[in-house]
Amino acid sequence: MMDVLTHEWAVELGWILLQILVVIGPLLIAVAYLTLAERRIIGFMQLRKGPNVVGPFGMFQPFADALKLMAKETILPAGANKVVFLFAPMLTFILSLVAWAVIPFGEGLVIADINVGILYLFAVSSLGVYGVIMAGWASNSKYAFLGALRSAAQMVSYEVSMGLVIINVLLCAGSLNLSAIVEAQRDMWFVLPLLPMFVVFFISTLAETNRAPFDLPEGESELVAGYFVEYSSMSFALFFLGEYANMILMSSMTVVLFLGGWLPPLDIWPLNMIPGPLWFILKIMLLLFVFLWVRATTPRYRYDQLMRLGWKIFLPFSLIYVVLTAGYLLVSGNLPDVSLG
Amino acid sequence: MIEVLFFYLFAGVMLASSVMVVVSRNPVYSVLFLILAFFNAAGLFVLIGAEFLAMLLVVVYVGAVAVLFLFVVMMLDINFAEMRAGFQKYLPLGLIVGGILVFELVLAMYGDAFGGKTAPVVSEIANTTRLGGVLYTKYAFLFQLAGLILLVAMIGAISLTLRKRAGVRRQIIAEQNARRPADVLEVIKVPSGKTPAAANAGKAEE
Repeated sequence: MMDVLTHEWAVELGWILLQILVVIGPLLIAVAYLTLAERRIIGFMQLRKGPNVVGPFGMFQPFADALKLMAKETILPAGANKVVFLFAPMLTFILSLVAWAVIPFGEGLVIADINVGILYLFAVSSLGVYGVIMAGWASNSKYAFLGALRSAAQMVSYEVSMGLVIINVLLCAGSLNLSAIVEAQRDMWFVLPLLPMFVVFFISTLAETNRAPFDLPEGESELVAGYFVEYSSMSFALFFLGEYANMILMSSMTVVLFLGGWLPPLDIWPLNMIPGPLWFILKIMLLLFVFLWVRATTPRYRYDQLMRLGWKIFLPFSLIYVVLTAGYLLVSGNLPDVSLG
Repeated sequence: MIEVLFFYLFAGVMLASSVMVVVSRNPVYSVLFLILAFFNAAGLFVLIGAEFLAMLLVVVYVGAVAVLFLFVVMMLDINFAEMRAGFQKYLPLGLIVGGILVFELVLAMYGDAFGGKTAPVVSEIANTTRLGGVLYTKYAFLFQLAGLILLVAMIGAISLTLRKRAGVRRQIIAEQNARRPADVLEVIKVPSGKTPAAANAGKAEE
């Protein structure tokens, strides 16, 4: 009896581990090539070549960088709080990976199809601030601490409007389950009726991932490198990987909420032959390109402008849009049907 | 079986981290242990099938409230020795409050004071839907009232800390955007060999 039980457990555990590996392996490779794509694309936009020497088209550059980082010495600053200092990059990296558990790559292709998927994503993304603030505090350095404070304030501010944008989508979809949200977009992607909210959400994801033009936490000219100024070697690499994995995660969240997840743009012959996961990946790549495009073309915001945009423009705007969406759905009788049992 | 194991894991870590919140010497550690306790409470919520409450606990308390705690604790210049000084003085009070809470918990578990035992509801309908259905119909006014209380608290906090200071330069975006080049810029032709000031003076004489 006990043998059967442990055997079943082992099989189930192995299956889950396999699923996790299938998601995380390609994700880490995607992160590696995202760093290369960033340098190449920004290079082309600025009429440079970018890294093109290591391997064909510079394809091996990320691996060379990774090897270099691994070979370096991990330096612990003398005044640092060692436990928290080492825990912060791990936390950032772990958080950027655990969120992938609920992302649906295709119909039924999801590790954990939980009822509150979108809340789970929102919760995990709101935890990202801890890695930053702990790193800044534990480094015992003024630059790092100032960077961490800026970052924490920025992330908390933009989460508010992100939450309201998500409410807009939920009103249209009538479910917190990510697969159900994608299915609700079969007739029309939410980007069309909720176009302003899509723009607000995209800009908020830029701020949430500390990307240009909102990369104040690591504003080189004032703070050297912000919260990870004291980090070196693999502890630095973990922050770096976490940041890029977060970019991909936020893009996939935008795809699920607004761009119809794994659904083709039109349900017609040549388009619906392409498998769903491929559509999903293509849409993520499109958004990531915009991330890089924005970085290459916009100057950095000033801190008070950033706060003004978040609190005085995005927050009221998305709040009014919630009222508008709810009102329209109620009047037109298009409210999603939710049975109360 | 595995649920029981996870229950003891979550409950054990939660109790241990709650104790650490109180006994930690460094207040930053206290807040970090508090966050750990919140997490394990969320885990317990998931175990009884209340996944909406679990996520809400993480989003609201861990994602927002504890961040502000951490902010305040890191920014304040706290004298650690002074903080520990009152420990024995406040110990009886803390024990009394803790005792009352334990008593209430026992009452809720074994007595009928709170309308008898309630088992976790297992149903096909997601508990987000269930909560929404009750919150916005049966308790709509209480819900609105709770929102109003929070609004009043927020306005109170702002009005207590907001003070008018003289000589503060403020940026008024609309005013800046309304500025036109013609209003604020003047193009002066400077003949070679003269400074702009001299050219301006010559212009004034004309």
